[in-house]
Amino acid sequence: MHPVIATVLQRLALGILTLFVVSLIIFSSIEFLPGDFGEAILGQAALPETVAAFRKELGLDLPMYQRYLDWVGNVMTGDLGNSFSGRGSSGGADRSRPVIDLIAPRLANTLFLASMAAIISVPLALFLGITAALYRGSIYDRLVNALTLTTISFPEFFVAYILILIFSSFLKFFPSLANIDPTTDFWVRVHLTALPAITLMLVIIAHMMRMTRAAIINLMASPYIEMADLKGVSKSQIIIHHALPNAWAPIVNVIAFNLAYLVVGVVVVEVVFVYPGVGQLMVDAVTTRDVPVVQACAMIFALTYILLNLFADIISIITNPRLLHPR
Amino acid sequence: MNTKNRGEKGDILLEMKDIVIDGYSDDRWHEIIKGVDLTLRRGEVMGLIGESGAGKSTLGLASMGFARPGCRITSGSIMFDGIDLMKASEAEKRKLRGSRIAYVAQSAAASFNPSHKLIEQAVEATVRHGITPEQEAKSDAKKLFADLQLPNPDNIGDRYPHQVSGGQLQRVMTAMAMSSRPDLIIFDEPTTALDVTTQVEVLASMRQIVEQYHTAAIYITHDLAVVAQMADVIKVLRYGETVENADTRTMLSNPEKEYTQSLWSVRSIEKDEEESKDIILKIENVDAGYGGGIKVLDKVSIDVPRGHTVAVVGESGSGKSTAARVITGLLPPSKGRVLFNGQPLPLALKDRGIEQLKKIQMIYQSADTAMNPRHTVRDVIGRPLEFYLGLKGKALDKRLLELLELIELDETFVDRLPAEMSGGQKQRVCIARALAAEPELIICDEVTSALDQIVQKGILSLLLRLQKELGITYIFITHDIATVKAISDQIVVMFQGGVVEQGMKSEILSPPFPDYTKLLLSSVPEMDPDWLTGLLKERSEEQTSV
Amino acid sequence: MSAGEESYSAAGEVSLIKARRTFAENLWRGLKSAPPTALFGMAVISTYMLFAIFAPLLAPYGEAEIFPMSYAPWSDEFMFGTDQLGRDVLSRLIYGARNTIGIAVATTFLAFLIGGCLGIAAAISQNWLDHLLSRSVDVLMAIPSLIFALMLLSMFGSSATNLIIIIAILDSTRVFRITRAVSLNVVVMDYVEAAKLRGEGLGWIMRKEILPNIMPPLVAEFGLRFCFVFLTIAALSFLGVGIQPPTADWGSMVRETAGLIQFAEYDITAALTPMLPAAAIALLTVAVNFVVDWFLHKTSGLKD
Repeated sequence: MHPVIATVLQRLALGILTLFVVSLIIFSSIEFLPGDFGEAILGQAALPETVAAFRKELGLDLPMYQRYLDWVGNVMTGDLGNSFSGRGSSGGADRSRPVIDLIAPRLANTLFLASMAAIISVPLALFLGITAALYRGSIYDRLVNALTLTTISFPEFFVAYILILIFSSFLKFFPSLANIDPTTDFWVRVHLTALPAITLMLVIIAHMMRMTRAAIINLMASPYIEMADLKGVSKSQIIIHHALPNAWAPIVNVIAFNLAYLVVGVVVVEVVFVYPGVGQLMVDAVTTRDVPVVQACAMIFALTYILLNLFADIISIITNPRLLHPR
Repeated sequence: MNTKNRGEKGDILLEMKDIVIDGYSDDRWHEIIKGVDLTLRRGEVMGLIGESGAGKSTLGLASMGFARPGCRITSGSIMFDGIDLMKASEAEKRKLRGSRIAYVAQSAAASFNPSHKLIEQAVEATVRHGITPEQEAKSDAKKLFADLQLPNPDNIGDRYPHQVSGGQLQRVMTAMAMSSRPDLIIFDEPTTALDVTTQVEVLASMRQIVEQYHTAAIYITHDLAVVAQMADVIKVLRYGETVENADTRTMLSNPEKEYTQSLWSVRSIEKDEEESKDIILKIENVDAGYGGGIKVLDKVSIDVPRGHTVAVVGESGSGKSTAARVITGLLPPSKGRVLFNGQPLPLALKDRGIEQLKKIQMIYQSADTAMNPRHTVRDVIGRPLEFYLGLKGKALDKRLLELLELIELDETFVDRLPAEMSGGQKQRVCIARALAAEPELIICDEVTSALDQIVQKGILSLLLRLQKELGITYIFITHDIATVKAISDQIVVMFQGGVVEQGMKSEILSPPFPDYTKLLLSSVPEMDPDWLTGLLKERSEEQTSV
Repeated sequence: MSAGEESYSAAGEVSLIKARRTFAENLWRGLKSAPPTALFGMAVISTYMLFAIFAPLLAPYGEAEIFPMSYAPWSDEFMFGTDQLGRDVLSRLIYGARNTIGIAVATTFLAFLIGGCLGIAAAISQNWLDHLLSRSVDVLMAIPSLIFALMLLSMFGSSATNLIIIIAILDSTRVFRITRAVSLNVVVMDYVEAAKLRGEGLGWIMRKEILPNIMPPLVAEFGLRFCFVFLTIAALSFLGVGIQPPTADWGSMVRETAGLIQFAEYDITAALTPMLPAAAIALLTVAVNFVVDWFLHKTSGLKD
């Protein structure tokens, strides 16, 4: 087998293994719930029978491996279980909703926000990072460096509130609350989502720019770049012909890492702007200890994260000349 | 044709005057080249020689008008064939580089772009500078590959850097430099990373091609014997200053400066061999390998007589260092046994007791990595005294000073850190650390190869004296035949994980030789400027006679 | 050649030897050459430390002392006004320094204790232990740490202890990776092999041979990890699942008074109230980053 294919398959297998372990961890979160959580969820007044029935519904009477298999099977078919909230003892009626119904519309919103931030920030950050690396030590480099260092030091909510203060409170360009719903028209949606997206962009650009700069500087320090210089190859040709073919792996890694970072940043930003996304749902669920919802959200975030890293690794593998041209 | 009588020297090609180059370290600019002049004529090969830190590479690069990041050429003039490189613009210099001046780097593996085929890289400068069209340059490169005795010259260019060996890469890089038929090539330690037997071939092909195209060259190295083969004239540098300039033969036969003499003085020590039947260490039929089942040692047996020195010689990959790891227990062998004083030693380090560990000590090649940079001499030598002998306080201090005296250092060294000592002093401290344990056997792994000649001599005399006074046994691992002559009683020759020959020094170093021993011994460059020419002639005669 | 022999003595051997300087000299040289950003950073960090240590002396009121006017405007009595429950914002800011920084420092120390020890041990042993730890860390790092922290907090509940333990364990994975990586560079050194050959135990090798040589990168990493931990805890508190009331902490203070931002048009000082703790967080992280940047630049010997 060609080493590239072998390595990619190996990496895929590792990805699946990771996913398995991660799912196991997320699944077992329900195991660690304190014994009285039934009362906590159903209310103090819940009858012992109700609590027992609830435990049974969760399958806590079955052996763990069987519940895991059931859970995985359900997740695969899109059944993420029912949320805990709405199971209040008042009236006894179960008004809990399937987790999937809670998540699906919000996932679309989160993806909309994240892709809006990513589409603009990735090219911009790469441009800034590469130019800063090439003009290393210049005023431009120092300025960009100081600015981005400051930005990455700011908590996301600080950036968000500064933007709100300027663009919403004073300039009134954008609303401070991004309360969209499925009927919102695309351009209105863009307008409403502008501030959260800009917040994310600022943070991502700062991180990505610094990492790109570091990766390019590292690359430009390779002896073969000096060799090209000593061969009289022009600066632009050195970059295009000598640096770029070897830059894919580091650059893709930087992008993947930062898109993964987006996953985290989105949680805080959604809460600040009361944006109806998965992040906010997860935070609410954590506060109410609504474990099925937390599990589902964690699974979605982890999956995105793992897939992004997997993707970056595969790009690194298929652009590695040592693997492409085996001995 | 011999390098040395290459007839007429041409006009002056390169003239550097009063060059000063600063390097940035420790938050300041320091002068690393302090006003050096250099004149090179067309077709002339200049050997630039000096110890590490002498500034040879920096000066070599400066001849291209180039300074590495962290360096700057502050003053002086560089005239290359009428062009003032100090005044030339970046674009003008770029036009010269890769067309009229070419560079061959030390590490070929790192200096080739991993993403491009060798031939693309070999002709890149020539094509980009518009000297010859691509197709023509490529067929010329194939011819150069053939001239440089690369195997498969028509196809080897289609390979990628990681697909060929280090010696081949170094030759491809020479072809790359030659592709534009430059007036000047800078060779920056091109064979330092290669094994001796490979080095001979690479040197021969480099010299041949430089002669063939009548190219001027600056050959940078720390190895005198190598430079003697390559250069018409030699320039000796030390601490960024010129020590001496002369043509090769004059310099070798009649050096003026004391420092140059010290570089030249092939060690005058030669130990008289003694035979002994009292075996202290016996390795029997040892097989060993690292993970993955690759055998690095194959049925190795070595006998080491008490109070004497066994030199283990071989190239990298011959298994000589692995043998040392087996003796110390770092790498338990898969088969065979190790007997010490007639008793079998536990094979793994963790199974050996303090008494067993104490009796076998080790000294390493590089004192820089063998001493913890954060430990003072007191920590380094004191720890074994405390650990093995339980010495403390006054007793420890007393013994510490005795040991320092034994290695010819005084008490002012007690609180020094490694960075505050010279290479030779550090190596002495490492010897004292080994002695502190009061061992019976010391394994010396290339202990002198990182040191300058004059320091090497001091260390070897010290080791010989200690053997005489304390009756210590040495296993001396080295690739340097001069060192072997200086210190050993017996020699073990290793090749590809096996012992080729073992015997008394006089037996091994005199004919008849087994094939490999002969190849190894003959490949070690000698100070004689005619050595390479003679060797190549001898080898080609053998070839034709076979 | 006899001349060379006569003039040679081991003790008199010269070479390019590094000059010995005392710690104080080094410190002074370092400070003198420090860029303004680093000096600014150091000044900020020292000020924060003073506030954290002497909080009870410096704060005009108690941490949880409630006054009968919520959302009081800025005045002489309450310099930065009061919050939604009528607590003095300035006092809570000062106590917040102590709580927020204290918890972040404790967490970072714990993370380094766990990650550092395991990292060095893994680098030395390079056997099944190394494999097991490295693989586990890979898996733990496959879940974004904020998400993981949220999940764990939903399971175990939010308390300061839980917060410290959870974040420390999650963050120790990063510490493990870097410690292992820098230790691997040291482990291959002959002096470590020499110590093994001497028969030294794992503990001695870790403490005496490896630790002193990996301190500079670890110190820099400590700064970076502190920033990360500090921001993570602030984010969690901001989300309401971190440090719990009534403990004064900057992240929760932002959340509690965030609503005031809408009144920016009418009273800018009101809108600034939630910005103060946020700015306090930002300023400290900027300061630490500036110092770390300079430190890294110095120790890595980068030149530009």
